[in-house]
Amino acid sequence: MIHEDVPVSVIKPPTGWEAIDFKELADYRDLLYFLVWRDIKVLYAQTILGFSWAILHPLVQIVIFSVIFGRIAKIPTDGIPYVLFSTVAIIPWTYMSEAMSNSSQRLVQDQNMLGKVYFPRIIYPLTPILAKLVDFAISLVILAIVMVYYRVAFTWNLLLLPGLVLMMICIPAGIGLWLSALAIRFRDVKFSMPFIVRMLIYSAPILYSASSIPDTYRFLYSINPIVGVIEGFRACLLGTPIPWLYIVPGIITAFLLLISGAMYFRRMERVFVDVI
Amino acid sequence: MSGELAIQVKEVGKLYRIGMKEDAEETLTQALLKAMLSPISNFRKYRSLYRFDDVENGNTGTDVLWALRDVSFEVKTGEVLGIVGRNGAGKSTLLKILSRITPPSRGQVEIHGRVSSLLEVGTGFHRELTGRDNIYLNGTILGMRKKEVDRKFDEIVEFSGVEKFLDTPVKRYSSGMSVRLAFSVAAHLEPEILVVDEVLAVGDAAFQKKCINKMQDVGKSGRTILFVSHNMPAIKMLCTRAILLNEGKLVSNGTPHDIVSTYMTSDIGVQPAREWRDQADAPGLDVARLRAIRFVSRSGNAIGHTDIRENFGIQMEYDVLTGGHILLPHLYIYDDEGLLLFGTLDQDPEWWRRPRPEGRYTSTVWIPGNYLQAGMIFVSCAVLSRSNDKSQFYEKQIIGLSILDNMGEGTARGDWGGQMLGAVRPALNWETKYNPSKA
Repeated sequence: MIHEDVPVSVIKPPTGWEAIDFKELADYRDLLYFLVWRDIKVLYAQTILGFSWAILHPLVQIVIFSVIFGRIAKIPTDGIPYVLFSTVAIIPWTYMSEAMSNSSQRLVQDQNMLGKVYFPRIIYPLTPILAKLVDFAISLVILAIVMVYYRVAFTWNLLLLPGLVLMMICIPAGIGLWLSALAIRFRDVKFSMPFIVRMLIYSAPILYSASSIPDTYRFLYSINPIVGVIEGFRACLLGTPIPWLYIVPGIITAFLLLISGAMYFRRMERVFVDVI
Repeated sequence: MSGELAIQVKEVGKLYRIGMKEDAEETLTQALLKAMLSPISNFRKYRSLYRFDDVENGNTGTDVLWALRDVSFEVKTGEVLGIVGRNGAGKSTLLKILSRITPPSRGQVEIHGRVSSLLEVGTGFHRELTGRDNIYLNGTILGMRKKEVDRKFDEIVEFSGVEKFLDTPVKRYSSGMSVRLAFSVAAHLEPEILVVDEVLAVGDAAFQKKCINKMQDVGKSGRTILFVSHNMPAIKMLCTRAILLNEGKLVSNGTPHDIVSTYMTSDIGVQPAREWRDQADAPGLDVARLRAIRFVSRSGNAIGHTDIRENFGIQMEYDVLTGGHILLPHLYIYDDEGLLLFGTLDQDPEWWRRPRPEGRYTSTVWIPGNYLQAGMIFVSCAVLSRSNDKSQFYEKQIIGLSILDNMGEGTARGDWGGQMLGAVRPALNWETKYNPSKA
């Protein structure tokens, strides 16, 4: 039977900036869970290699980069063996680049659902951000193996890891939110993503060491939050001194990216269905 | 409890910018270029998709369309409201607004209770997942909590009849099975308010009956239902009240019987011909698009009414945009009560089972005179692409013809002057043998 105190809601033309309705998101948490679960199950259900892809993709990159940049070009890496140097960076980078790409396209891919059922739209770009964490977790296996091989000692720096992972998540989340809201109108986002990702890999000390950056550009460099995450991961896992110079500006930028992305997304949300 | 307000719609309007999409920058490069050259007009254009200040200031140009205008009505708790209108009247837009899929441009809607919308069957279904997985996925997409799906799981499975295949990926299901499963999940929603868009037009007759019964149960349990359909008998059977929309406006609000009558008999109902001048607006997908549909006389002229004795044709003009597909054009003919009289499939030997080259096709089916009953008939048309089993377009009850009775010679009446009953009225041959000796 129907209770007396039913929820009353009013549907009105939206005005101005609207904050994220966290209560609504909490109501839909089961849906978020199942959509993330769907991503995971479906992705690996169709391949012969299955979960191994989570390992193969970063592994191949590590091998290629180690040979080209480590052996052939002999890029200086502050005394750290190149394989170790790049593995520690490639693992979080793979997560960030894949989460970013998937997140920006999710709204467009699922546009049919968008027009037929309502649930908080922000779930669309957030789903790949969460689903790719599973890939990330699996690829940590490579990291563990490489670290054991090079007999890397654990230090207290490891305590930073949760914070860094959080920062690592915020970056593709913020970018994904911004790009989703744009992608639904401009098809170019789909085509420019591979390009953007390829360029971004050079913007952070993944293939080369941050010490190669001349001092005059160091501040500008540190504004890129990816730099903070990568250098942070290195310090955290390898025990080198913590680069607060990169991490602090990175945290601020990542945070701003996330907040502004969410605000822009919410602002554009009302138009999504009308402009597909 | 009933008699209380469930939904109050107040002067709701929805504005769309049309013709804009052609103009609007499709690529970021174009947008960037234009932005460099004319930043102000560009910015205005982008905003105009969702900002309608010019309309406030009196722009009534052709680049804006009021999909809904000044629509106001109330729905009390426990009512089953039918929403009726021809294609493009604004029914789906209204449902989208009530479902929060798109916001209104004007007015407001006050809702007492949780709304669940069924605008499509099987939303979110993924082929690679099993039936079991899809029940959870679809259920949560429709707004249920996991616990709710757990609770109703067995019922859902039983209603759908796919128990044996529950753990098989849905891509192995027959289309009937997936539809039943999807509908079964939806049928077990327990919102205070349910909004349904024509999804009853699925499955075989037995299943349809099951669905209608289930909807009736839902209706009887005191839930409020809003129901959009072209199925007039269903509207009359399920609804307690109905509204008629036309061109975005609420034209009539009353009993299902009255509304159905008004819809079917006035020219608010349907036109005798439809044409789409721009291919971009024409209904259809990548293989075929409908360009025109009309009734024609024996001599090929477009008609809006015909004498009951005369043969007439139903003519469909459609463009094939992608060659190489086998197509199945077909039509459905309804009477003015909404009853489906028959369907007819294009079996023209010229194109039967032949992949079609690109081009414009004009297909006409000839209906014999002295076959249909006098009154209005309505036609739904569709083209199915056989190779991928995809419906290219399906326009429901899109044109209507008035069949005029005749008291003179040559009809099935003979000398009968009274009412001729029956869904059809064929003039048939009778043979009689007479034997004078046996008495």
